[in-house]
Amino acid sequence: MLGFLRLNEVSHIAGRVDSVFIFITAVGLFFFLLTQGSLIYFALRYRRRKKEEEAETPYITGNFMLETVWVVIPSLLILAIFYYGYVVFMEIRTPPAGAAEIVVTARQWMYQFKYPDGRQEVNQVRVPVGKPVKFVMTSQDVLHGFYLPSFRVMQDILPGRYTYLWVQPMKEGTYDIFCTQYCGTGHSEMRAAMVVMAEKDYQAWLTGEKKAEAKPLAEQGEELVEKSGCLSCHTTDGKPKIGPTFKGLFGSTSHFTDGTSAVADENYIRNYILQPNVKVIKGFQPIMPTFKGILKDDDITAIIAYLKTLK
Amino acid sequence: MMQETAFEQPASRGYLAEKGFRSWALTLDHKRIGVMYLCTTLLFFLVGGMLGLLIRLKLMYPGEQLLSNHAYNVIFTLHGAMMIFLFIIPGIPAGLGNFFIPLLIGARDVAFPRLNILSYWVFVSGILVILGTLVSPMDTGWTFYTPYSATTGAAVTALSFGLFLVGMASILTGLNFVVTIHKLRAPGMSWNRLPLFIWGMYATSIINVLATPVIGITFLLLACERLFGVAFFDPTKGGDPLLFQHFFWFYSHPVVYVMILPAMGVISEIIPVFSRKPIFGYWAIAYSSLAIAFIGFLVWGHHMFVSGMSTVAGVIFSFLTFFVAIPTGVKVFNWIATMYKGSISLDSPMLYALTFIFLFIIGGLTGPFLGALGTDVRLHDTYFLVAHFHYTMMGGTVMGLFAGLHYWFPKMTGRMLNEKLAKIAWFFIFIGFNVTFFTMFILGMEGMPRRWAQYPPRLQPLHIVSTVGSWILAVGVAVMFANFIRNIFKGDPAPANPWRGLTLEWRTPSPPDTENFEEIPVIKDWPYGYGKKTGAKND
Repeated sequence: MLGFLRLNEVSHIAGRVDSVFIFITAVGLFFFLLTQGSLIYFALRYRRRKKEEEAETPYITGNFMLETVWVVIPSLLILAIFYYGYVVFMEIRTPPAGAAEIVVTARQWMYQFKYPDGRQEVNQVRVPVGKPVKFVMTSQDVLHGFYLPSFRVMQDILPGRYTYLWVQPMKEGTYDIFCTQYCGTGHSEMRAAMVVMAEKDYQAWLTGEKKAEAKPLAEQGEELVEKSGCLSCHTTDGKPKIGPTFKGLFGSTSHFTDGTSAVADENYIRNYILQPNVKVIKGFQPIMPTFKGILKDDDITAIIAYLKTLK
Repeated sequence: MMQETAFEQPASRGYLAEKGFRSWALTLDHKRIGVMYLCTTLLFFLVGGMLGLLIRLKLMYPGEQLLSNHAYNVIFTLHGAMMIFLFIIPGIPAGLGNFFIPLLIGARDVAFPRLNILSYWVFVSGILVILGTLVSPMDTGWTFYTPYSATTGAAVTALSFGLFLVGMASILTGLNFVVTIHKLRAPGMSWNRLPLFIWGMYATSIINVLATPVIGITFLLLACERLFGVAFFDPTKGGDPLLFQHFFWFYSHPVVYVMILPAMGVISEIIPVFSRKPIFGYWAIAYSSLAIAFIGFLVWGHHMFVSGMSTVAGVIFSFLTFFVAIPTGVKVFNWIATMYKGSISLDSPMLYALTFIFLFIIGGLTGPFLGALGTDVRLHDTYFLVAHFHYTMMGGTVMGLFAGLHYWFPKMTGRMLNEKLAKIAWFFIFIGFNVTFFTMFILGMEGMPRRWAQYPPRLQPLHIVSTVGSWILAVGVAVMFANFIRNIFKGDPAPANPWRGLTLEWRTPSPPDTENFEEIPVIKDWPYGYGKKTGAKND
């Protein structure tokens, strides 16, 4: 039960989070002892004894020096806490390049994990030890949470957009995934497991018996692109047509006619498919039709996976 | 004992003399209105508290025992909504504030007495609408996040209207207080002679007036989405669920300062009286109330670090959040410094005031863990958060309310409480509170999410400890209320100034007459001149 005091070794980031925690605890403990100690000491030391004449008290109304000290010193300490927290947060928000991607679809009250090769698992995800993995997450209904207590990280999952969470597990084992954003009756039973496997076990699973179900996500996306008519206006070979080419599109920067620009990440592409022409790309006409009602959320996720392969 | 003058019998029942339902229901007397607010809000404290006990009882078991998941979810939603909207937000301001603001500034009433009684009935009408929604109770949590709150079948629309009315009452009261404090101060009561409770109430009232409209409109938008399908928050129609969170927290963060500033004001009154020393750093404390109110408007995004809000916004909100700790720390240091070389008596008001400081320090020091981005990702929406806000709201505000009730009970009722009973109640409350809620910090660090009806069985021992704590706390609260109720009717008559305070309410009889003062006093000094060498006795 005292495990919560141990510095975490499950991942590097978890250790960093715990370090910030310990730093804040140290600063907090200092102020706790200082203030509570004074409080209790003064309450007892200057206590009015029942029978004695009330002691004369000094007429002290303030002290500018003291006020300054206990404004300046706490200010410096809280800035330090902020900064340390900020630094670690930036590490948490920056997935390493080349992290394996797993698509997570949350809904009341389960998690569906989709691997790049088309496999799916419900309420369980397998990853190899030592390698970074990035979860690309969306919800099919209401808000959900995705919390890995052992890894000290969490992220909400929203409908209508993608959010991300990455971890690099350094120890084999099975770790809890909890839903932390209230989502209805089954909220407290919405749990999954992340199974971190030794490399050879993971490879065995990857190449082993595979249920003949879904094709790899990227392959599904390629099929959708072909049959949804995207190729009437877009190419995959680098040449612009009526719309920009898909080759190299994901991750590139689009420049719009209003002078702004944006990086084409998952949310950008999803938004553009559903609500094109809100911002018009320089050099192209605002004539892309919307695919709202034609392409489902899962379809768009697959198309994005395909676009990522067109480097 | 405490007083040097002869033990006085209450000459009359003062403002309490006139009897009959109409004399209360249609009163224009701020003191009666304050009493009605206190009775209403304390009633919901007890109901909300019983819901809390039910929550803790169910959580002794990790599975679906005692209550179904849905029943549990409804109960924690009601517990939160009731405690926050029907108890803590109006509690000290509309209760003690209404009673004592005019008295402390030397006025006969608030600026708009009719608006005042109207506010009370708007508040009650909101309550009735809210109670009406119990036919189809919600399980959204008190924060009503969309899409769940926009799509669930429960009576969210009706509840939105009920809360709109309750919020309306806050706005009207806040407006009343701001004008009262500006315009009705007795001659000679310049701003530098204003009691610190008034400074606290002033800052609180400004927040109420500026922030509450935002939540009112947010509820209306939610109602529009449910009734007319206007998709402010629905992503399938181009809306954004995060927009709801921004709107919601833009109010709900400042409102926690509405909760704490009046309580801090009460503490600033009690500490000098029971230490027989002037308050240390009067201007620092006064300005810190305004600073907290101002900074409080800038930090709402710290409830949304993992919501999907951008990283940049998170960094900015985290940075700003830490600054609210500075004026808060100033108050805490100054209260403690006030006690230095004082002559301290630990009567029940002081005991509760010291408890406020002790528990609020713990609540406050656990804030940085949540405000720091790097640790919030571990602790958000876990029991660590639940513990933090119970330490600040209950360990803070509620203890401040208890302190104010014990301090001002003689003035309001004309009778004294039983000190021994008060101290027994205090003991159970202090122990029970810490056992109940400190355990939750550990639960949070062990990964226990909030709003979970069921949980992994390995966490059961901690939950059992917390539940036993809640029983001890309940005993204390029961004894405290027994003390109140018994002594309203049977308590020893109270003198005008049992604590030898220097603020103006102690110059009126206990209880005060309807017009407060026979003659409006002329103020020649600040109210913290304890131990001042004027040659005259402090009385």
